[in-house]
Amino acid sequence: MDIIDRRPNPHGKNLENRRRVLQRARSAVQTAVRDAVARGKIREVGQGNAISVPADALHEPSLHRVFSEGMREIVLTGNREFSRGDRLQRPPSGGAGQGSGAGQAGEQGGGEDSFRFVLSRDEFLDLFFDDLELPDLLKREISTTENGVPARAGLSNEGAPSHLDLGRTMRRSIARRLGLGRPKPVELQEVEERIAALEALRPASAEELEELEGLRERRGMLRQRLARIPWVDPVDLRFRRYTITPQPATRAVMFCIMDVSGSMTERMKDLAKQFFLLLHVFLERRYKKVEIVFIRHAESAEEVDEDTFFHDPRTGGTIVSSALELMHTIQRERFPSANWNIYVAQASDGDNASSDTTRTATLLRDDILPAVQYYAYIEITGSGAVIRGETDLWRSYRAIADENDHLAIRQVGDRKEIFPVFRDLFSRQRDTAEA
Amino acid sequence: MDQIISGGGTPARSGGLLYSGNDWNFQIIRDCYDAIEEIAHGELGLETYTNRVEIITSEQMLDVYTAHGMPVGYKHWSFGKRFIGHENAYRRGLMGLAYEVVINSDPCISYLMEENSATMQALVIAHAAFGHNHFFRNNRLFREWTDPSDILDYLEFARGYIARCEERHGHRAVERVLDAAHALQNQGVNRHSGARKLDLKAEQQRAKERRAYEDSVFNDLWRTLPTEAGDAAGAAEGAHARRLLGLPEENLLYFLEKNAPRLAPWEREIIRIVRMIAQYFYPQPQVKMMNEGCATWVHVYIMRRLHELGRIDDAAYLEVIHSTSNVINQPGFDMGGGASFNPYALGYAMMTDIARICTEPTAEDREWFPDIAGNGDAIGTLRHAWAEYRDESFIQQFLSPKVIRDFRMFRLSDDTAQPYLLVDAIHDEAGYRDIRRSLARVYDPGTFYTEIEIVDVDLLGDRTLKLEHRTRTGQLLQARDARQTLDYLAALWGYGVVLNEVDTQTGAVLATHTAEPAP
Repeated sequence: MDIIDRRPNPHGKNLENRRRVLQRARSAVQTAVRDAVARGKIREVGQGNAISVPADALHEPSLHRVFSEGMREIVLTGNREFSRGDRLQRPPSGGAGQGSGAGQAGEQGGGEDSFRFVLSRDEFLDLFFDDLELPDLLKREISTTENGVPARAGLSNEGAPSHLDLGRTMRRSIARRLGLGRPKPVELQEVEERIAALEALRPASAEELEELEGLRERRGMLRQRLARIPWVDPVDLRFRRYTITPQPATRAVMFCIMDVSGSMTERMKDLAKQFFLLLHVFLERRYKKVEIVFIRHAESAEEVDEDTFFHDPRTGGTIVSSALELMHTIQRERFPSANWNIYVAQASDGDNASSDTTRTATLLRDDILPAVQYYAYIEITGSGAVIRGETDLWRSYRAIADENDHLAIRQVGDRKEIFPVFRDLFSRQRDTAEA
Repeated sequence: MDQIISGGGTPARSGGLLYSGNDWNFQIIRDCYDAIEEIAHGELGLETYTNRVEIITSEQMLDVYTAHGMPVGYKHWSFGKRFIGHENAYRRGLMGLAYEVVINSDPCISYLMEENSATMQALVIAHAAFGHNHFFRNNRLFREWTDPSDILDYLEFARGYIARCEERHGHRAVERVLDAAHALQNQGVNRHSGARKLDLKAEQQRAKERRAYEDSVFNDLWRTLPTEAGDAAGAAEGAHARRLLGLPEENLLYFLEKNAPRLAPWEREIIRIVRMIAQYFYPQPQVKMMNEGCATWVHVYIMRRLHELGRIDDAAYLEVIHSTSNVINQPGFDMGGGASFNPYALGYAMMTDIARICTEPTAEDREWFPDIAGNGDAIGTLRHAWAEYRDESFIQQFLSPKVIRDFRMFRLSDDTAQPYLLVDAIHDEAGYRDIRRSLARVYDPGTFYTEIEIVDVDLLGDRTLKLEHRTRTGQLLQARDARQTLDYLAALWGYGVVLNEVDTQTGAVLATHTAEPAP
């Protein structure tokens, strides 16, 4: 009998199979993920995500019979009260005593329930943001190279011990030892043994004494050589060399601009927040280096931190241009467009001081749009600012959008529209179609 | 080798407690194994394959479940699906993990969970490494249908082969074949011949003898007789072609592997792999109840003997009783038991009952089982039953009135033409035989496997494959699944497929399913 302790064996034999399940049910899983996001809070996205997909997507069909009519006999246990000839009410479908329930399962295919997954945060977000991409990111990719990545570049004579190339070092050491005739320790040992044996002989013949003499000489020589020619010499050492190669890195900055004026109701703010949160998760997910600047405005604009942006209530009138001005200033000072990819997302109810609209439009068209990669404007519908079917702001933005491809404007009226609009704005197809 | 060592060491160790408390270590497991082996081989006369005991964590147990206990398996999403299912059930506390899993191989591998207490490890060794092991080695079905010495190597080969195919042909292409073959795997076993190895020399010898016989009885006169002409020739040709294809054929995967015109050689090999593995698992459902009954009876016997011999203490024995009675619990039909029998409960009850009949028979037993009642050899009788029966015949032969009474079994007659269910047999003199017959039928492979055959191929026309499902009214194939499975079949065959469901009695076609391969 053998006892084998398998506990230290690698775990997760089935991770690959699990991945294939996800792949197989990709579209179903994706729908489920998006539903989960639409239902839940986006803040909680990616934390303990259990999702259910219809069993259909993973159904394994087989040829099997189902009982639908005729006679059958069922043997049951635990009889307490029945005697022969008793007639029982047929239980409702699925009840006990209905055999294997095959009759019911038959109608809905395999009779399986929906299938439940627990996804890791990465899996969840991957599926959630599948085929979304920050537009035009490629454009300036090469221009902003900055951080380096170590790459192998031959060998060197010195370096950190952890970079020691053991194979090469030992190869050189062997060659040198052979070349210089370093004796093997075994040889010395043999000589010493022979000497000990001869010394033990008493009396010794003349020949033996002569041999002993010769051996002692040889021993002295061997010891000397062993001491002089080291096992590994500094000249043998070879280290792997690394050089830092510059790696093109994409630097992007995202401006989030939100109207927090009195005309924005809580519901509208909530929708805007949904959009930005989605964007936030998306950016964090896709790009390692994305700076995010939060700007909120009512009558005047201010740069705030993330928490204030999403959670601090504020009211007042609306002057959109204040926010655009602030954004433009920050961009010029901190994110020169030569080095940065610049994205702007703005959410508003379309309400603006009527005197300000022209100024806003000018600012947008002349100063901001030329500097940015992409500008997305989300208008939350349902405000009182609508005149002849659209708001002032929307009308002026649309005029600009007609001329500029990289200004995208969308209207959002309901929570469940957020994601479709988001997808629409960032879907990868848009890019590939252009390319 | 280990047996020799244990043989030498046992006398010195025997007598004392094997362990006390809950904690186990490898020495304890070894000692328990030796003590158990002494009883299993010495008193029960069990014949087992060499044992190998592997200790695993609960996480690894989930992996083991997914692969039906097999230590290696190829990659496919359906295993991932099963894994996620088990994992969810386990995480949500819906399912406890088994204490052990044992697989039918030589050496016989038993997995023990590290969470088990020392008593549980001993119990599990008695249950799996001796009870199941003996059953695997001796039961007729396993002997005839499976080759336990090769299975581990074969699985290793299968995994390597499929991985290489994925590298070479892409994982989609491989998945396509595997999906299809999995759907048909219940129709991919030889039900009648077992796994007989073909011996090329014997085949050639037989062919030679046949020719020699033909030569010896050759009479030139017969050649001059006129042959039948016309239509009969065409029909004969068709019959000849069918014979060449080996039709009718119930093993659909075998037929596809050998005859499907459009498959690449590697696709045939994958179909063969699925077929071989299905064949290996084929006997298991047919003897599940006996197998569990045998293992449970063996572990109860051995643990009781260990306690009697003073090798385990009272606390440990109480744990054994507690754990065993949990396993052999059979809830009534209205207490969550439903129509399904717990194989441990029924199996253990029947084994215990046979032992009782052999040693302390009642008048009733003498009437029902004249050949074994009071023969005094409980262990020999059980060993014979374990070797020669499967669930269906075992129940037919050995289900005694006492067990029927103990379980308070009754039979319902479900006639869909009637608005009510009729109780037509209960545990009384008039009902025993009816109940026994009906219960045996539940375990009859004829009822739980569908009878589907390939009957013809339209060789002169569009190569449509014709299948027949022999059944009766009200027992048709689940239509949606049948359609999807036929799609898979058509994909492998490469041409259209027709499945007729035929009434066995009248020959009437009850339903027809068709599928065409995707263009």
